[in-house]
Amino acid sequence: MQAAVEAEATQTAHAPFDVERIRAEFPILTQQVHGKPLVYLDNAATAQKPQVVIDALERYYTEQNANIHRGVHYLSQLATREYEDARVKIQRFLNAAEAHEIIFTRGTTESINLVALSFGRKFVQAGDEIIISTLEHHSNIVPWQMLCEQTGATLRVIPINDAGELLLDEYERMLNPKVKLVAVAHLSNALGTLNPVQRIIELAHAQDIPVLLDGAQAAPHIKVDVRELDCDFYALSGHKLCGPTGIGVLYGKSRWLEAMPPVFGGGDMIASVTFEKTTYNTLPHKLEAGTPHIEGGIGLGVAVDYLTGIGLDRIAAYEHELLEYATELIGSIPGVTLVGTAREKASVLSFTIDNIHPHDIGTILDQEGIAIRAGHHCAQPVMKRFGVPATARASFAFYNTKAEIDALAVGIQKAIEVFS
Amino acid sequence: MSGRRRQRNLVPDNLTPDILHLTPMADLNELYQQVILDHNKKPRNFRVLENATRQQEGYNPLCGDQITLYLEMDGDTIKDIGFQGQGCAISKASSSMMTAAVKGKTRQEAELMFDEFHRMVKGEFDPETSEHHLGRLTILSGVREFPARVKCASLSWHTLRAALEGTQEAISTE
Ligand SMILES: Cc1ncc(COP(=O)(O)O)c(C=O)c1O
Repeated sequence: MQAAVEAEATQTAHAPFDVERIRAEFPILTQQVHGKPLVYLDNAATAQKPQVVIDALERYYTEQNANIHRGVHYLSQLATREYEDARVKIQRFLNAAEAHEIIFTRGTTESINLVALSFGRKFVQAGDEIIISTLEHHSNIVPWQMLCEQTGATLRVIPINDAGELLLDEYERMLNPKVKLVAVAHLSNALGTLNPVQRIIELAHAQDIPVLLDGAQAAPHIKVDVRELDCDFYALSGHKLCGPTGIGVLYGKSRWLEAMPPVFGGGDMIASVTFEKTTYNTLPHKLEAGTPHIEGGIGLGVAVDYLTGIGLDRIAAYEHELLEYATELIGSIPGVTLVGTAREKASVLSFTIDNIHPHDIGTILDQEGIAIRAGHHCAQPVMKRFGVPATARASFAFYNTKAEIDALAVGIQKAIEVFS
Repeated sequence: MSGRRRQRNLVPDNLTPDILHLTPMADLNELYQQVILDHNKKPRNFRVLENATRQQEGYNPLCGDQITLYLEMDGDTIKDIGFQGQGCAISKASSSMMTAAVKGKTRQEAELMFDEFHRMVKGEFDPETSEHHLGRLTILSGVREFPARVKCASLSWHTLRAALEGTQEAISTE
């Protein structure tokens, strides 16, 4: 299977994007749903898995399974090496300076909560402020609300305009010495807005304020370089990156992670334990108590190598083409209103149709084999900002095709007919 | 792709998609029948009751459906009923049909209807083969083929029950 990854890597940057060849690597995509070929356009919820990732999971359990970091025997050492190699793969994927800056978590939600609980406990006090934005996923809202409730800090929210873009002037005015952290999405899951994170970070850093980026949506679609961004934390989910569920990453700069107390105590996170005193292990283990999701980490390592093999820049360029095509086609259907029309966007097309609730759109499209998301996308404040209870959302990945977007357009016409 | 992949089909060949509840296209017409679309467009009793003796909020956090139900009780009888809110076609039509069905009924009668209705949309009660008190509500039986939509159809009923019980908290289908 390693061979497949390498073969993929030899596709040169300028070769045409061979989407059929890529689709053949995703076994689930050959399925029929309700008698129609599956058109999977719910990638913002979770991505499908290529055969190399599926094989890595099977290989782990058929050939490598043992607990890690604690065995002298062969299998334990093998599993440990595979798991730690995966950490290095993710370090390279994000261009982090050190492998120990990659903390394995269950996903973006846990990564953000870990920062709230640990960084928050250490650095946030009554009277302090945390800045988030209007377009955040609930997982980048609620942990901060909980922290504010516990500490007496205040949550401040960067507003957005009607296109779904952050108002940077407002943001700039909100920055002050009481702000202890800025936490914003790199790419919005509800609107598809690609936020000007470089600028957001520069402005915060000018006042020595650290920045956390919620990269759950961005990491699968654009090249992320945490050192170039100079972000202090970066959170992502493996399952949105063609990896397994239940595994994710918190990237943190060493100097922050070193200063942060552990949140969970137990095995692996300690150097020594007596009833009088426990000394903590070094990074990354200090923040990773207990037996982790070993095969998940390994699978995620394979997934990021797979994506790197295709090339994130090529993925971004191809998906951009898909999004432009879809925006044009779906946006021109009478009765359809696009929600989220930022100049900088990726992957996500959120829309409403006059007099048809998104849930009904979702059911009708499902009958056509088309999977989209209908709802508030765990971003209720965004829905409120746009005055809608919910939207329908198609989200694209590099294995989608223009023909699938055509099928979506036909499905939408059908929904309009049913309700005409 | 891996050559050593073992394709194991767990589904016996004689099982048709029907048995697997993979609904064929026809059922979409069953779900979105003209009567339902009509109730969605022109919901009955879609108003605030001036003389409401009870008011109850209902919410389906999954899709954002929201309903406010108003009851005017006369002893144990639902003398008048109205609702406001927003939701999908199924939820709105079901609310509309529910209000039409329970107006003038006693609490006991309404609760019996809810029980039969709820079991019908979950596919546990077939009004075609059993005696029932559902009247025109059987039109919503198509919902049973769409498990994801059962909550949409039952939101207004859950809200009604809470109103009859006099629960003050907003109720939620989650
Ligand atoms: C922008 C954003 N942040 C956070 C999350 C939460 O990710 P997870 O559920 O994998 O923890 C999501 C997932 O939908 C997301 O889109």
